[in-house]
Amino acid sequence: MRLTDEEKAMLAGEHGPARQWAIDHQLKVGRMFDAEDMVPVSQAHMMADPESLGEAGVAFVESFAALPVDERRVAVPMITDPRGVDLTCYEPIGQTEAMAALERRFIAACEALGILMTDTCVNYQTIMPPVFGDHVAYGDTGVVIYSNSVCGARSNFEGGPSALAAGLTGRTPRYGLHLDEHRRATCRFMVREQPDDLTDWGVLGAVIGRLAGSYWEIPVIEGIDHAPTSDEVKHLGAAMASHGSTPLFHMVGITPEAPSLAAVGGEMLPPREITASDMDALRSDFGGVGEKVDVVVFAAPQLSIVEMRDVAMLCEGRRRHADTDVIVCTSPTVFSDSERMGFNAMIEAFGGRVLRGTCFYQQYAREIGEANGWTRLLSNSAKIVNILGGYGYKPALASMEACIASAVAGEVVQ
Amino acid sequence: MTGVSGRRELKCHVGIGDVVTGEALVASDNFSARYDLDRIKGVFSRPQHALAGQSYDGKVLVMNTAKGGVATAWMLYEMKARGIVPKAILFNAANTILAQGAALADLAMVDRFEDGDVTQLIKTGDRVTVYPDEGRVVVEEAKI
Repeated sequence: MRLTDEEKAMLAGEHGPARQWAIDHQLKVGRMFDAEDMVPVSQAHMMADPESLGEAGVAFVESFAALPVDERRVAVPMITDPRGVDLTCYEPIGQTEAMAALERRFIAACEALGILMTDTCVNYQTIMPPVFGDHVAYGDTGVVIYSNSVCGARSNFEGGPSALAAGLTGRTPRYGLHLDEHRRATCRFMVREQPDDLTDWGVLGAVIGRLAGSYWEIPVIEGIDHAPTSDEVKHLGAAMASHGSTPLFHMVGITPEAPSLAAVGGEMLPPREITASDMDALRSDFGGVGEKVDVVVFAAPQLSIVEMRDVAMLCEGRRRHADTDVIVCTSPTVFSDSERMGFNAMIEAFGGRVLRGTCFYQQYAREIGEANGWTRLLSNSAKIVNILGGYGYKPALASMEACIASAVAGEVVQ
Repeated sequence: MTGVSGRRELKCHVGIGDVVTGEALVASDNFSARYDLDRIKGVFSRPQHALAGQSYDGKVLVMNTAKGGVATAWMLYEMKARGIVPKAILFNAANTILAQGAALADLAMVDRFEDGDVTQLIKTGDRVTVYPDEGRVVVEEAKI
């Protein structure tokens, strides 16, 4: 790879061991993906929950935190994905002091690096959305697919270590989604069934993600007859990225790089129709009507203030079943707004619990499931039901309305 | 593909990590450390996975592609630190997250095989040596 003088100095250790590690890491990754040089980034966003990090990962970041200030501070604004422990509410959901202690250590290390603890996977709704053509280094697949597709920004999936490297060097290897050639459509879908609610949008995303099938496939979607809301396209993208590892989609006439099918090179691709039966087939993997439900979860992605309002309104005047827990995960900023507007109180009066700065699947899902006896889990997120099977849950999918109705009934209703 | 009598050499893209040798564990399925593994027990835990219940510890995993989220990038490092980790992972197509995780964990990883679907070219039980810097994998067939 071609390196600038500044990059060569980093590699030689002239900017300290953290930046030396970072640029070396980026060279290894860049080489595997044939990057020719580095591209400056305006922001980095790091996924790093203590369950993924473990003791080893926390100690790794702490080793940088112990360096002198000028060697440890990140070079560009760097923000964080959801935490694994809500330090204001962990014992009640079955998390241990050891988990909280690991989380506290990691937060202290991040703060020493000058990282902004935003603790959110909806930064594009709440912090600083990237703009068209903006090169960024984002973690969280849902953040990346939204930023690439809806904002027209340019990011690969940057896992925690690579986002940290990008924060330290202020750049990232120029490969994949930073290049025009990897942003053109490779597969084409014609939607025959208009999505209705958030869950439908998630199901559509999941169907397309599964069909697309890899990071290097870029779907172009036709047939959507109106612009979705930010929350709708958030669920579409998050599910597509989760089920398919998809980093970018185009929606003709809606997303900024696809004013037409031709603009993304989709004209010669054979269209695959997405019908009601495709949607039903996906839903059937996450059924469970009539079964007792142990926990209802609203998360993945964290809820916007509009979703907080919608959940709160559905909770009003009702009470959950004694054997069904309800967990709602949102960002710290949305939590504060939701508190001020009275939505948290409405959800708590229903018997639900609102967590700030976490996301359910990133917070020791296996351990909290075992601690609380949660097996049958119900959510309106097509992303989370895809993840939690490996954590010992039996996940089921339903609309937001049906989730609340199920929480009241204590069993899955549609 | 070259070689005779059970020893073959496969060409792939240049990858990450040091030269390693191990026994292959193969499936034409996809991979995510978060979605698919019980990392404490060292087994595939998602019931729908083709390798559900099988141990990956010390194996050369051969899979189709990476899927899902970004957590695997940290998890490979954490798994290596505890010593319950595959020796190498071979893909038809890696994604960025798996490559980044391999770089941090110093785990051997290669992808993009010239002779086609690597999950068909290698069988479970084969003895596999991976040369990431050279983009080369040597396969010795399991004795029956």
